Amino acid sequence: MHSLAEAIQARFPDGFLNAQEWRGDLAVTVKREALHEIGRFLKDDPSMACDYIVHVSSVDWPDEEERFEVVYEIYSIRHRHRIRVKTRVPEHDCYVDSLTDIWPGADFMEREVFDMMGIRFNNHPDMRRILMPDDFPEGYPLRKDFPLQGKGWRDTFDFLNEGAAS
Amino acid sequence: MAQLEDQRETIYKVDPAHPETKDLPILRTEELLLNMGPQHPATHGVLKVILDLEGERITKSTVVMGFLHRGVEKLAEYGTYHQFIPHTDRLDYVCAMYNNFAYCRAVEKLMNVTVPERAEYLRTIVAEVQRIIGHLFWLGTQALDIGAMTVFFYTFRDREILLDWFDELCGARLTTSWYRIGGVERDLTASLETKIRDFLAYFPPKIDEYVVFLEKNRIWLARTVGVAVISAEDALGYGLSGPTLRGSGVDYDLRKYESYGAYPKCEFSVPVGKNGDTYDRYWIRIEEMRESIKIIRQCMDQIPKEGPVLADVPSVTLPPKNRVFTNLESMIQQFKLFSQGFDAPPGEIYCGTEAHKGELGFYIVSTGGGKPYRLKIRSPSFIHMGAFDYMAKGYMIADAVTIFGSYDIVMGECDR
Amino acid sequence: MGLIQIGKKHEKDGDIGVITLSLEKAANWARKGSLWPMTFGLACCAIEMIAAVSSRYDVDRYGAGVFRGSPRQSDLMIVAGTVCRRMAPVIRKIYDQMPEPKYVISMGSCATSGNIYDSYSVVQGVDRFVPVDIYVPGCPPTPEALFDGILKLQDQIMQKRVFTKQPEQVRPQEKGIG
Repeated sequence: MHSLAEAIQARFPDGFLNAQEWRGDLAVTVKREALHEIGRFLKDDPSMACDYIVHVSSVDWPDEEERFEVVYEIYSIRHRHRIRVKTRVPEHDCYVDSLTDIWPGADFMEREVFDMMGIRFNNHPDMRRILMPDDFPEGYPLRKDFPLQGKGWRDTFDFLNEGAAS
Repeated sequence: MAQLEDQRETIYKVDPAHPETKDLPILRTEELLLNMGPQHPATHGVLKVILDLEGERITKSTVVMGFLHRGVEKLAEYGTYHQFIPHTDRLDYVCAMYNNFAYCRAVEKLMNVTVPERAEYLRTIVAEVQRIIGHLFWLGTQALDIGAMTVFFYTFRDREILLDWFDELCGARLTTSWYRIGGVERDLTASLETKIRDFLAYFPPKIDEYVVFLEKNRIWLARTVGVAVISAEDALGYGLSGPTLRGSGVDYDLRKYESYGAYPKCEFSVPVGKNGDTYDRYWIRIEEMRESIKIIRQCMDQIPKEGPVLADVPSVTLPPKNRVFTNLESMIQQFKLFSQGFDAPPGEIYCGTEAHKGELGFYIVSTGGGKPYRLKIRSPSFIHMGAFDYMAKGYMIADAVTIFGSYDIVMGECDR
Repeated sequence: MGLIQIGKKHEKDGDIGVITLSLEKAANWARKGSLWPMTFGLACCAIEMIAAVSSRYDVDRYGAGVFRGSPRQSDLMIVAGTVCRRMAPVIRKIYDQMPEPKYVISMGSCATSGNIYDSYSVVQGVDRFVPVDIYVPGCPPTPEALFDGILKLQDQIMQKRVFTKQPEQVRPQEKGIG
């Protein structure tokens, strides 16, 4: 196992689930309860020093029990290593602790994850939709059960009639 | 950083105990909301910003985006890997070649394809030409936003030369789709080579010309020096990249950090700023154009004279065009690669590339089969806008345009 | 179609410095020569629209170079780029704010038909909620193609009747489009 993954496992034996290395990318899966602590450790520990947040993403696995996966990709400028931290969330309890207080850039990225996949973040300063309008009626577009053409919103132009009435 | 906060505080707070303000009558003050966009000439597209103002100072800004959200990430799940290349053109439409490059590199990492040497050089040359185009576009529009109109005409004059070159290379000016998974679509011709060599001789004096317009221009200096300062630590925390991050003094450049293409074989330096203000970001872009010229020149000298421009991995890469039209098997292969796609191994990769705006990354999750299971685009513009509220606090309304101009945002990439 | 009629229809004809033409043609000629477009860049096509304004192409040659920031001052809307559903009310509002006579050019495949973006958030053609005069094909159209569109629009303007009552402006909601 990668030395960084070992360090995380040694520090968080309960929160650590598994580590994978493929094509040179290190991915660590952790329990979502431990995500915030591990994030703090990755940022503050001098041997980790992951000060640069690359992206926050999400994957939908509709057939699995813990349906959603939240992916944080972080990088250390000093040590030049890249770690992908993943955590799983079930659909009925779709909450993850926000890492905005550790990396302020996570703010917009987490909002995007919420907008596209419907995963909510605890302690996020501004948990609103970001790309779709606030009153978007059709749900979360990147979920696998969302049709590509949407559910009719793109073809309804209700604003035209509002203009005629006034 | 604390010092910066103090400075901002004193800029827009009146001290009630100060002898000059002590005797003034207390006036009623209220915050003002100003709505900019989504249709505004200086927002570089369809971006809406709601500014909370105290006088002319910005106290809070709310970025509203998504007016160009086209669902590219969803569309990617419905097409094969080859079919997604034209979509990448339209992400950052000012700089299509680099988007192609970033995407093809990500898929090559997923498929473990090695690109032939000549193709690597061609990719690097064209990518650097694209970087120059991107920076010229930025310089022209940023100067226009600030009020220096002349530069706009000069940069667009030189940009057109390169766009003509693209036109000859691949038949399109903006949406090029010239990169292929495993190489490039076609080789340079002799005429293109002479043209790019002519440009290498023509261009460096022109950079000095732009600098003459701007570097002693009092308005330009007043509106860029010391505006939108961000410290290195904050810039990293916000995930900024590219010239915006390097302006703050971090030499994070993926061309050096995780070198790719023909960059490891070229000598070039990465310009790094000191103050983290808009002027430093401008200076870095000017210097990067000079470095790009150096890289292109070295690549032109080092490039192998002969060799394939597309990797020969029949299960992944496209067959050459002349074989497609003459050979039945190649035609079937081409058809199958586009309609069904190649069989990607299950797994997930992230691959970042240094585009001219910053780190453009693709995170691809594959479960096997010809289509990506999930494709996430890490676009620098989107992430830069996340820092806007923080960076605009305490500055004037007029500076708002300068600040998001200095990120070089393009909404196609920002909203995806 | 001659704008200026030369011939012995009037006693002053043939006199240098005097031309005769119908008032309608004069009005149309003036209109077509001073199209004030709105800076309305949505996506990729906006970059080519900017290129059309800048040094090499210079759209001012056709009198359509005075790009205005406000719909109140402009009479040509060039819808340049992908029209997303979220942007649609804004486009319609801007169109409503423009004074008559007003023209719309749909620039590029995205504005015309949605192009490759057959997804949940993209309107499949701007003509679903705004009447369009000229469609310019291309992805993105080159500045030359945009000029062709502007010239076609100028031809169209010359055909318009100015002093007779026009049929009511097509209101999409009445026609049931969209």
